[in-house]
Amino acid sequence: MTSQRNILVTLGSLALSGALALAWALSAGDFAIPFSDIVAALFAGAEGMPATVVRELRLPRAVAVFACGGLLAIAGALMQVLLRNPLADPYVLGISGGAAVGALGAMLLGLAPWLVDAAAFAGALGAMLLVFGLAHGDGSWTQTRLLLTGVIVAAGCGAAVTLMLSLATDTRLQSMLFWLMGDASGASRPWPALVLMGVGLVAVLPFARDLNVLARGELSARALGVRVERLRYLLYVLASLLTAAAVTLIGSVGFVGLIVPHLVRFVLGNDQRVLLPAAMLAGGALLTVADTAARTVIAPIQLPVGVLTALIGVPVFLFLLSRHPR
Amino acid sequence: MNAAAEILLEADRLALRVGERWLCCEFSLRLAAGECLVLLGPNGAGKTTLLHTLAGLREPSVGSVRLGRRQYADWDSLAAARFRGLLPQQQPDHFSATVLQTALVGRHPHLGRWGWESDDDVAIARAALAEVGLAELAGRDILSLSGGERQRVSIAALLAQAPRLFLLDEPTNHLDLHYQVAALELFARLARAGRGVVMVLHDINLAARFADHVILLDGRGGVIAGARDEVLQADRLSHAYNHPICRVAVDGRTVFLPD
Repeated sequence: MTSQRNILVTLGSLALSGALALAWALSAGDFAIPFSDIVAALFAGAEGMPATVVRELRLPRAVAVFACGGLLAIAGALMQVLLRNPLADPYVLGISGGAAVGALGAMLLGLAPWLVDAAAFAGALGAMLLVFGLAHGDGSWTQTRLLLTGVIVAAGCGAAVTLMLSLATDTRLQSMLFWLMGDASGASRPWPALVLMGVGLVAVLPFARDLNVLARGELSARALGVRVERLRYLLYVLASLLTAAAVTLIGSVGFVGLIVPHLVRFVLGNDQRVLLPAAMLAGGALLTVADTAARTVIAPIQLPVGVLTALIGVPVFLFLLSRHPR
Repeated sequence: MNAAAEILLEADRLALRVGERWLCCEFSLRLAAGECLVLLGPNGAGKTTLLHTLAGLREPSVGSVRLGRRQYADWDSLAAARFRGLLPQQQPDHFSATVLQTALVGRHPHLGRWGWESDDDVAIARAALAEVGLAELAGRDILSLSGGERQRVSIAALLAQAPRLFLLDEPTNHLDLHYQVAALELFARLARAGRGVVMVLHDINLAARFADHVILLDGRGGVIAGARDEVLQADRLSHAYNHPICRVAVDGRTVFLPD
């Protein structure tokens, strides 16, 4: 039993790592900016080149990746409980596939960046409604059916994406590939995602203990007084919306939504009341670090952040899996 | 039946249908505090379906179920969970959690929306674990336990839930002989202390030992409900299980043996 003090200490240190990650993201780059100038740029309204770089280039990007990491980590944790499958991630039900179809379609047509974002969000919501409608068709809504429907829709989206890639011209191909791997360089309007991350967490926390019960199986949960139907709608819609927001902002960054909930679970246990806020902070911090590394390790070349999260995520996940008594 | 004791569970003219198949024809039951009812029948006869219907997790096809004199529709779901608890036949464990945390899940209906488990709740869960002989394993990961130990954790979670009425789906699943009897004696003690017990069993001899009332389903829609000795007759059991069963008296105890 984790005591409440331990929980506060853990969440506090995760929040601190998040702040440190953000500070690194603001100061690192081919134009290194000392910490005092960052503080001046953010809080004292300083003028000049360094302040402009911090406020207009690095801050939006850092906030975007932090928010996306948090969104994906919460969404992944929710999907794992919803499907009662430890291998579920935010993309397993085809949300990112739908977003990719929308975004790449818009890119193929040469639309403006904000239309690409809008098409990605519309595609994600379209995939969510499609999976939901198909899985819910006859009123039975087992998680196996939901999972299978999502996997099939995701596979269909994957085929459509491949088709669009093969039709694309060389100039567009690279930006399409970057979008698919997750790319934060174009994220200029990160604040709605950050707000949604907070709202999502606040919306789900009152139900966190219900999620603990649901993790013990649906029948037990119903017998213990959890209103499972309502909870599943909440989980599904919320996880999908959070994922859609993240994918719209920086593309489908892999592994954050899968490994961060597991990392947190490994350290803190599976109490959703602790897991969800901790996963949000850890996901944000991890993705911020990964993105900062992605744009600095072999600067001036910028790597897609999705490659970095996979490079960090795969060995960490395999290590945990081999250590876990199963 | 005991007219003075409080009625915990009633079913009126209950009939259950799955798809086109009728599992049981109309019958009624009434369980008072202090009583133990055992559901018997062959595989697929609908024992679990009946138990879930009695738990309010399934609508009856015909008839009505009342928990503590009220229809399930009139119960708040958490209040109902404080009155009746279910031990499911299988307990899926997908995520690791300690044994104590798992037992604490049973305290869910006793806590408010924002409530955290108090020291009292932890003490209740620890006492429940001690009842099933798992006090030493409180810190272990549930995924590292054997099937029988997990079943006892589930029983402990149900004890921590502390309902008036226990609905048990094969409580002896995965348990060795000692713990089979120990678990059923535990629930018999709880019944004597004023709780009610409804359980699905496969072992007719355990039913004969612990039941006050028996409902025997034959899997073809037939139901015999009544006092234990009235229902547990060799010919009725042989018919229901579609297998010859004889009744033997050994050292003053009645034993049913398959031929």
